[in-house]
Amino acid sequence: MVDFVLFGGVFVVALGSSLAMLFARNAVHVALFLVAVQVALALAFLLEGAFFVAAIQIIVYAGAIMVLFLFVIMLLGVDRREALVEPLGGQRPLAVGLGLLLAAEIVFVAARGVDLVAASGGDRTLAAVNEDPGNVVAIARLLFSRYLLPFEVTGVLLVVAIVGVMVLAKRIGRMGSSVAERSEAGDEQREGVAV
Amino acid sequence: MTSVAPGYFLALAGLLFTVGAVGALIRRNAIVIFMFIELMLNAVNLAFVTFARMHGNVDGHAVVFFVLVVAAAEVVIGLALIVAIFRRRATANVDEVNLLRW
Repeated sequence: MVDFVLFGGVFVVALGSSLAMLFARNAVHVALFLVAVQVALALAFLLEGAFFVAAIQIIVYAGAIMVLFLFVIMLLGVDRREALVEPLGGQRPLAVGLGLLLAAEIVFVAARGVDLVAASGGDRTLAAVNEDPGNVVAIARLLFSRYLLPFEVTGVLLVVAIVGVMVLAKRIGRMGSSVAERSEAGDEQREGVAV
Repeated sequence: MTSVAPGYFLALAGLLFTVGAVGALIRRNAIVIFMFIELMLNAVNLAFVTFARMHGNVDGHAVVFFVLVVAAAEVVIGLALIVAIFRRRATANVDEVNLLRW
């Protein structure tokens, strides 16, 4: 009974906050609503027995990634409202209409396919797995056996990301300025956003 | 472990994904579009966790781990790109970055 109430709360908070993201004009408000969605989803992960995923959802997503987002929003100026004029005529109604179609499709397929997936389940339940080797231990064994190659590739991906960011964010000195630095965007304006 | 049927979690994941897709289509600020992409990734994570519960193993949790790493790398690169564009063009509006448009 209590998990139905919890799931109802998760459902209302996650869906309501995501819809509020659509209508919030200020980018900071969008970010805060996204944090609310992510905390609600972490609760959903806990309900489904995904303890490790719930923990990293809070630490990595709601913690690190959203702080990065807020940092960049503050860096670029908080109160830059979006233009209300829509350059592409009819894009908004079309997007909403197609979105409703997509939602109907996904819910339809999920409703039809749930029984198929449930029938193909193994002989153990996730609760048993969480009990015997434990959630984190089971994930660690998978990561270092069956998913070892993807795990290593992930490390390469992170290194590439680090190098790429350093190249993108590098500000070459005033004398030997890069192409981007020599643009006509105006030095005084660039000073304001310098990291 | 919850006794709520997995179908409800899948429906929530589908609805969140849809909201993310619509938001990425109708918003104009590059950072906001990025946040809607994060919302879509989160919805997919919820679907993976639900499938893991239905199958009774933790493979779905491992996939979520990889999705998280890719999302982190993507956010870092994407935000660096947005800052680089902003330095040059003084805008984060995707409609004003149209040099390559024919």
